Amino acid sequence: MGEAALKQPAGAIDLRAEFESAGIGEVLEKLDRELVGLAPVKSRIREIASLLLIERVRKQLELSGGTPTLHMSFTGNPGTGKTTVALRMADILHRLGFVRRGHLVAVTRDDLVGQYIGHTAPKTKEVIKRAMGGVLFIDEAYYLYRPENERDYGQEAIEILLQIMENQRDDLVVILAGYGDRMETFFTSNPGFRSRIAHHVDFPDYGEEELLKIAEIMLENQSYKFSASARDAFAQYLALRKTQPHFSNARSVRNALDRARLRQANRLVADLDRPLSASDIITIEAPDILASRVFIKDESS
Amino acid sequence: MRITQGCYSFLPDLTDDEIRTQVQYCLDRGYGVNIEFTDDPHPRNTYWELWGLPMFDLKDAAGVLAELTSCRKAYGDRYIRISAFDSSHGWESVKISFIVNRPAEENGFALERQEMEGRRIRYTTKAYSAQLPEGQRYG
Repeated sequence: MGEAALKQPAGAIDLRAEFESAGIGEVLEKLDRELVGLAPVKSRIREIASLLLIERVRKQLELSGGTPTLHMSFTGNPGTGKTTVALRMADILHRLGFVRRGHLVAVTRDDLVGQYIGHTAPKTKEVIKRAMGGVLFIDEAYYLYRPENERDYGQEAIEILLQIMENQRDDLVVILAGYGDRMETFFTSNPGFRSRIAHHVDFPDYGEEELLKIAEIMLENQSYKFSASARDAFAQYLALRKTQPHFSNARSVRNALDRARLRQANRLVADLDRPLSASDIITIEAPDILASRVFIKDESS
Repeated sequence: MRITQGCYSFLPDLTDDEIRTQVQYCLDRGYGVNIEFTDDPHPRNTYWELWGLPMFDLKDAAGVLAELTSCRKAYGDRYIRISAFDSSHGWESVKISFIVNRPAEENGFALERQEMEGRRIRYTTKAYSAQLPEGQRYG
């Protein structure tokens, strides 16, 4: 095909205008601003967004052959922001016109797999119907496959999903999420999924600095703040908590903050006659954090 | 005889794209969308059978169209219509209903005239197809 055969738009292709009219710059900036750390994820999403933008321009020039495969898998430890990023992803896909509505339907095994023979297919189809025109987010996708039980109905849901992922790529984008190692075994035993997924995004754990920053953002959103000593105490807390089992990154931070708020409230109520200022109410002090079980355990050992 | 009833009865049959647009309009307004089928097309027959469940929590018409395709596969030789129910307070009624599928051959209706006293006449319409048992009327 020669140069002349290409359908030329009026003047050169204005990529900037394209970029701005899609409004993805805004979404990406919001992603940068509101999500701490996650550098590899952000750069990966930037790449995907660029690819989709170019794909859109190509479509206008009638160069493209069909919709690109957009199904993704998000792997990472608990609390690393997989669901939050999936929400943003739905927004990006919607702005670029690759999904029609841009809503996110988050489901787990329970929503897809039935309890008796013949229950699974309608249930899965119902969920898929609801997600059409948007993004279907399957959390902890590896639970769909239970190798220890060969009569497990999960297999049926997997087959329906695979079929939809192949045949209705225009209508639905599927994002599978879960912990890295278990997703790996899931993909090994279901090669059909791996080949239908175009983008594998890995979510790294947060560093302590990043977790502290996340904590401050969370507090700010709830109109609280750390006193200087509380900030140091929380840094210590994080260092200790990270070494303990069942640490789930941002989720653990949120839980710790919820408990700190509880203790702060308790501390304030304990002394009813004390004159109270607004700053007392919004400030979390070091004792609120140091009272945590994490520190007690540390002293006893 | 081509049977017409409901919305757009004066238009040619809607294409799938037009159906999609209509359904999307309904979903955007939060109506519950139903697919119904019957082989008794009498205008006073309100007892059409429901295909699947009412769809009120969908965002996109593609889900409804997929259901319609499977309904056509199973009952392509009958009348299928889409209706949308508005559940908001004060309405609580079907707001739109239109035929989306019809049998290849439509037999039409017989008009019966019953002579009454004083030369009065009572009219009854009867679908020719309804003389056969249910399920054998078309195709």
